[in-house]
Amino acid sequence: MNIYQRLYNTDIGYSFFNSKVAIFSFLLFLLIVFSSLFAEFVSPYDPFNPLNVSLMDAFIPPVWTEEGDVRFILGTDQQGRDMLSTIIYGSRISLIVGFASIAFAMIVGLFLGITAGYIGGKYEVIVMRLTDVQLTIPSILMALLVDGIARAIISKSMHDEMAIYVLIFAIGISEWPQFARVTRASTLVEKNKEYVAASKIIGLSSIYIMFKHILPNILRPVLVIATIGLALAIIAESTLSFLGVGVPPTTPSLGTLIRFGNNFLFSGEWWITFFPAIFLIILALSINLLGDWMRDALNPKLKKR
Amino acid sequence: MLNYFFKRLFQASLVMLIISFVSFSLFNFVGDPVNNMVGQEASDERREEIRDKLGINDPIYIQFYNFVENIVQGNFGISYQLKRPVSELISERMPATLELVFVSAILAISVGVFLGVYTGIHRDRFLSKVILVVSLAGVSLPTFIIGIMLIYLFSVILGVLPSFGRGQVVDLGFWTTGFLTISGLKALILPSVTLSLFQMTYIIRLVRAEMMEILQTDYIKFAKARGIAQNIINYRYALKNGLIPVITITGINIGTLIAFSIITETVFQWPGMGSLFINAVYFVDIPIMSAYMILVAFIFVMINFIVDIAYYFIDPRIRLREEKE
Repeated sequence: MNIYQRLYNTDIGYSFFNSKVAIFSFLLFLLIVFSSLFAEFVSPYDPFNPLNVSLMDAFIPPVWTEEGDVRFILGTDQQGRDMLSTIIYGSRISLIVGFASIAFAMIVGLFLGITAGYIGGKYEVIVMRLTDVQLTIPSILMALLVDGIARAIISKSMHDEMAIYVLIFAIGISEWPQFARVTRASTLVEKNKEYVAASKIIGLSSIYIMFKHILPNILRPVLVIATIGLALAIIAESTLSFLGVGVPPTTPSLGTLIRFGNNFLFSGEWWITFFPAIFLIILALSINLLGDWMRDALNPKLKKR
Repeated sequence: MLNYFFKRLFQASLVMLIISFVSFSLFNFVGDPVNNMVGQEASDERREEIRDKLGINDPIYIQFYNFVENIVQGNFGISYQLKRPVSELISERMPATLELVFVSAILAISVGVFLGVYTGIHRDRFLSKVILVVSLAGVSLPTFIIGIMLIYLFSVILGVLPSFGRGQVVDLGFWTTGFLTISGLKALILPSVTLSLFQMTYIIRLVRAEMMEILQTDYIKFAKARGIAQNIINYRYALKNGLIPVITITGINIGTLIAFSIITETVFQWPGMGSLFINAVYFVDIPIMSAYMILVAFIFVMINFIVDIAYYFIDPRIRLREEKE
């Protein structure tokens, strides 16, 4: 059997290959990830190399309009940079921040969730109250506050270098309660099962049981939250960058591009803000559709008999 | 009842205390407040004198006590950047934000509940499916992009609605309102639609799920078996229980709207608290940041508190559980 057949024979694989929406959104997402990963080879120009950029080329509309230029398919921005290239490079920043902050949120949430569920007692109460309190605060507000506090602590000269890490931390810290909630609930179910009792009897340490035996069994719901969370994180990043408190302008993300383009909306240069916005929507929508499919596919209650 | 009330009140105060401590530490441990007040040339004696006067040499708990005392009296200090009392700045800008949030909340809840009930009852109709697909797309649309699109469509292309500001406002002395002039009302349309859209899609999905669940319950089946008309079952029996979560939604909704108003206010250059806050973050204006933080936390805690109390009166199950304990 080749890999394809083996994948097809699993539950998830079967559901995946029979869902047109899932396949389509996954391919779309993969395309975006790969093009941003290999931006150097995929994008027509390196928009951040001054040699490639000429102010003479500024504000050229997309190729299908009358004043379009074949060299720039989606037109150019105020500095004469190729829009398609800046979008590909920008999506790289957006994806890096998105993936990193979700990974961060997942690690924090998983750790607190599993330990809270397994250890229980006062510790569990404290962790769960903390998640409750944080869940009442919208994550974008949380991220803004953390970002603001970090800005106050870090000196101005360090700011641009640290901005991306601050952003990852701020978004990650605003998303972890979702993970903690789900892992705790699953851990509570798992810890009463026989294999956990057996591990205890043969004298394995609690840490070993939690992270070696329970963790692999509760990863399914975590995967769903991580997928939907990735879309939320990417939107949060672009929102913060749009508000001007995200990544520095020297390494623009999709949100930064939209922020700059927004200034030219009234003078008629709609493409500078329009294309990054459309790209961001497609990215978020493809992840959301994938997450929607995954939630149904991994939910045993919805399995067709 | 009193027990329940005090338990909630205690939780609310605890959250407020933690938030004020965070913003207190922000004041105290970030930068030297004396440096923000005197020039480079000030002598060490002068600095020490100011320190004593500001109470920085007091023990931490006394400083914290003074800080909380000031806040309760509405004294949030003076903005570093604008050199004016923060309480003045915020009270100037509060009406703009609250009016925006008020209109958006009404829009989101009324349209959201209506469409949610409709799609929940008529789940197989074509229109329901269209509404659901659109609402899924709505979740993927960041608020600021909705705002930009609306501006482009209605201000740039059609030129019928203003794209920034509040229009003409009427000053009532303690409150400036945009409700009384035509340009003020026109200016409200785009920002409030932008702000409410995301919440609306969320409410549609929640109410729909709730209605569908209730229509499966035994008392509805029994009503059907008795031969009661479907319309009466839908709108008199099911709707009553279907609207219970709307109370929680309203609470969460208003909190979320205040948070998201930061984005909407930036897109539409709306002169509210959110744009004040974003500017403060940008220029690291700590007094404004901490005042906004405390104020928003206070609004959040109050809303949660009111929702909890409202639940006690509306949902008999909570009352029963409390009495058992």
